[in-house]
Amino acid sequence: MQSLGIDVLFKGKNFIRLLGGLWVAVRISLISVAISIVLGLIVGVLMTSKNKVLKAIFRVYLEIVRIMPQMVLLFIVYFGTTRVFGWNLEAEVSAIFVFCFWGTAEMGDLVRGALLSIPKIQYESAMALGMNTTQVYAHVILPQTIRRLIPLSINLITRMIKTTSLVMMIGIVEVLKVAQQIIEANRRSSPNAAFGLFAVVFILYFLICWPISKLSVYMEKRWS
Amino acid sequence: MDLNVMISYLPLYKEALLLTMRIGWEGVLIAFVIGIVGSAIQHFKIPVLRQIMSVYTELFRNTPLLVQLFFIYFALPQIGIKVSPESCGVWGVGLLGGAYMAETFRSGLENIPKIQFESAESLGMNPLQVFRYVILPQAVTSSVPGLVANVIFLLKETSVFSTVSLMDLMFTAKDLIGMYAKTIECLTLLVIFYLIMLLPVSILGTVLERRLRYAEFGD
Repeated sequence: MQSLGIDVLFKGKNFIRLLGGLWVAVRISLISVAISIVLGLIVGVLMTSKNKVLKAIFRVYLEIVRIMPQMVLLFIVYFGTTRVFGWNLEAEVSAIFVFCFWGTAEMGDLVRGALLSIPKIQYESAMALGMNTTQVYAHVILPQTIRRLIPLSINLITRMIKTTSLVMMIGIVEVLKVAQQIIEANRRSSPNAAFGLFAVVFILYFLICWPISKLSVYMEKRWS
Repeated sequence: MDLNVMISYLPLYKEALLLTMRIGWEGVLIAFVIGIVGSAIQHFKIPVLRQIMSVYTELFRNTPLLVQLFFIYFALPQIGIKVSPESCGVWGVGLLGGAYMAETFRSGLENIPKIQFESAESLGMNPLQVFRYVILPQAVTSSVPGLVANVIFLLKETSVFSTVSLMDLMFTAKDLIGMYAKTIECLTLLVIFYLIMLLPVSILGTVLERRLRYAEFGD
């Protein structure tokens, strides 16, 4: 009888290994999101500045991130820069670097959008009360911006988790790679384990991302 | 950087670009169809189909394309559904994109004031006519920025095709690096070819958005 790989899943430590692989992907994305949010806040505020040079630089940066597939960026950092500069970069470090590069641009754009959506009168009233620029941002603008940003940044987390599945291409052993290894190891005893394992990986990703995206929708509705 | 090497690789990259573009755009086309049909289903609240549609969008929006492709390409044959790499790529992008497009169209539909529906109905149009002549044009217009972003996103996602042994740009670059170790030349060409593929779309999208915003201010 074809068992479609469900038996393989519960053989030995296979399921734990699969979860371990998932954790690798989630860990990379959580670290990247944390860094991206902090850098994104700074970049977003800088993007709203009127400085022409700064504006041009950020435009080019955004366009690069918008157009280049993350996979290409991963290859450039992991295979390209190591070749050019001759340094030894760990796969995980280069993955985090690439996802931060990408996430900062995304987050920066969100911050910029949120900042621009705040009515001008808020700035003017705060100024009229005698606050200086730092105070205006710290006490008036940022609290409002952050409220608008939280649902959007939660959304960024799910996108980050989905994108980290690419890291298997630069040799990081994450959940898909683990699934492949398990399938290969059991090739003889259960030749059609691929169905069960890839279905489980599919469901695992769904179980992680779905609650997070639901949360973001819920917060957006509640706070708008 | 060795220019001669790069020039000698050009034909290979050109082949790969054509393949990537063909599969990518075919997928985008399928995504558009699924998106329009899906958002119509949800808009008219057709029973059963509507539930299926929302399960489908949630499933495909919350999993990576790479995992979806692995499932279609490696898992489905185990239960007797054989898929060629090419149709796997097309359907992978199409199904993923369909879920995103449906969401974008749906929010476009939601933004249309209710009075538009009512006025159209009072003119004696039937629901299909209302949808075709009044709602759809407005929904498409207001969702253009989202749609452009989706198209770029989908074309970018094609970079994972190499995992199901499609000879796309990524595959070609990886292959050439593996064979001749001309890493920098290969990666530079890769970047150039992705620019050729995506920069026009991005620019066109920006122009289109500006045009539409101009149209909005007009009325």
